[in-house]
Amino acid sequence: MKMKKLAIAVGVLAGLVACGGSAATAPGPATRVFAAASLTAPFEELARRFEAAHAGSRIQMQFAGTPTLVLQIREGAEADVFASADLPNMQKVVDAKATAAAPQPFASNRLTIVVAKGNPKHVVGLADLARADLKVALCGPEVPAGKYARQALAKANVEVRSVSDEASVKALASKIELGEVDAGIVYVTDATSAAARLDAVSIPESQNVIATYPIAVLAKSRTPAVAAQFVEYVRSPAGQAVLSQFGFGAP
Amino acid sequence: MNDAVPRHLRVPLALLTAVAVALFLLPLLGVVCSAPWSKLWTQLRSGAVHDALGLSLISSFGAVSIALVFGLPLALWLARGRSWLRTVVRVLVTLPIVLPPIVAGIALLLAFGRNGLVGAPIDRWFGWSLPFTTAATVVAAAYMGLPFFVLSAEAGLRSFDARYAAAAATLGAGPWRRFRTITLPMIQPSLRAGLLLCWARALGEFCATQMFAGNLAGETRTLPLACSVAMEVDPELAIGLSLILAVVSAVVLTLLRQGWSPQR
Repeated sequence: MKMKKLAIAVGVLAGLVACGGSAATAPGPATRVFAAASLTAPFEELARRFEAAHAGSRIQMQFAGTPTLVLQIREGAEADVFASADLPNMQKVVDAKATAAAPQPFASNRLTIVVAKGNPKHVVGLADLARADLKVALCGPEVPAGKYARQALAKANVEVRSVSDEASVKALASKIELGEVDAGIVYVTDATSAAARLDAVSIPESQNVIATYPIAVLAKSRTPAVAAQFVEYVRSPAGQAVLSQFGFGAP
Repeated sequence: MNDAVPRHLRVPLALLTAVAVALFLLPLLGVVCSAPWSKLWTQLRSGAVHDALGLSLISSFGAVSIALVFGLPLALWLARGRSWLRTVVRVLVTLPIVLPPIVAGIALLLAFGRNGLVGAPIDRWFGWSLPFTTAATVVAAAYMGLPFFVLSAEAGLRSFDARYAAAAATLGAGPWRRFRTITLPMIQPSLRAGLLLCWARALGEFCATQMFAGNLAGETRTLPLACSVAMEVDPELAIGLSLILAVVSAVVLTLLRQGWSPQR
């Protein structure tokens, strides 16, 4: 019995030592990038290319509505880079002294109306969104996309009753895809990435709003060097090419 | 009972117990300590909180009403015997308890949504759909809360000693009178416990509601949803709302223990 216990103890110890050994040779901590939900597709691609170009670096992406990310960062989430969908939300992080360097703009985006494939309700512009026979949803006013959408509607002088204030552009797009909502306002880039499932109805320049995306290395970064390299890569011509491939404009 | 634990293990076990208690106590203390006590009253009186509280009361009591009207007959049927059909139905009824709420929300949309199994024909014929209405918050709350009532009521009915009713029958009491004067009072603790659990679960319902009913102030934004939105805009308000929900839940549990405690 005693021998058996001893054997187990030795086994456990050996396991611990083995774990310690492998940890010593493994690469350092991954670099965590918190990015707005609308950046999902290009940032996954950017992370993939960055990792390929920088041996030993690991990028972990987390996507959510920008206010959710701000909250997580302010509550002490371990993040290295923050890419926000608007300046005010980035400012909140700056005000909380959570950024390591001044935020830099890296991309811009525009709004578009999205409807079900084939545009069954014949939506042609923002004015249609006030129609009583349409169910329209927006992102909540606290979400950048929701704030911009309301600005665009105000420019067009259209009053819309949102049936639900969604937490992110992705949540809104999926409700339209499911057919529960007839139309919504999202970024041009969301419409591009969901082109197979949703139709876009463009918003004219005079009514549109330009969203500027800032990015910053965070103060608590455990991998500040890699984080700074990633930010640099996103802003480099190679990074910009990836972003424009997904429909984003220059900052 | 105490003999089950060897004497030399009592101290380590007490330490482990303390950790377990801390796990439950600390989050609550966190809310209480950071609650904006001075602003609480102003927060409570704001229109947004009023709307959310009102909607939470509607959806949770709506769920309780549905539990009484539809859940009690279901529990009576489940308790009346044993058959494979009852077993299948019982699994169906229990499912929402173990189902991740997000799955429940998606499932509700696929059933009652505008393109759902039942929702599509209703939308076609009546031009009305359930999602994004206050009624949808009631349905989501009922779906998540009802199982607690049905299972609790069924357990009460099953443990009910039928000989009392039989004795009453020999004294000439009819079926309705037996149900009203014998069965109902005797299973009343289980019914009360079930209703309170159902209500508490309905009050706390968040994920399925957000998925199925949407999130619109004054229409479908119940307290938990308001709490989640507030956390991104005004964390102090979110903490205040959390405190309200925690207090309400604690009161419910205290009430519950009076009618449903092991020592009784």
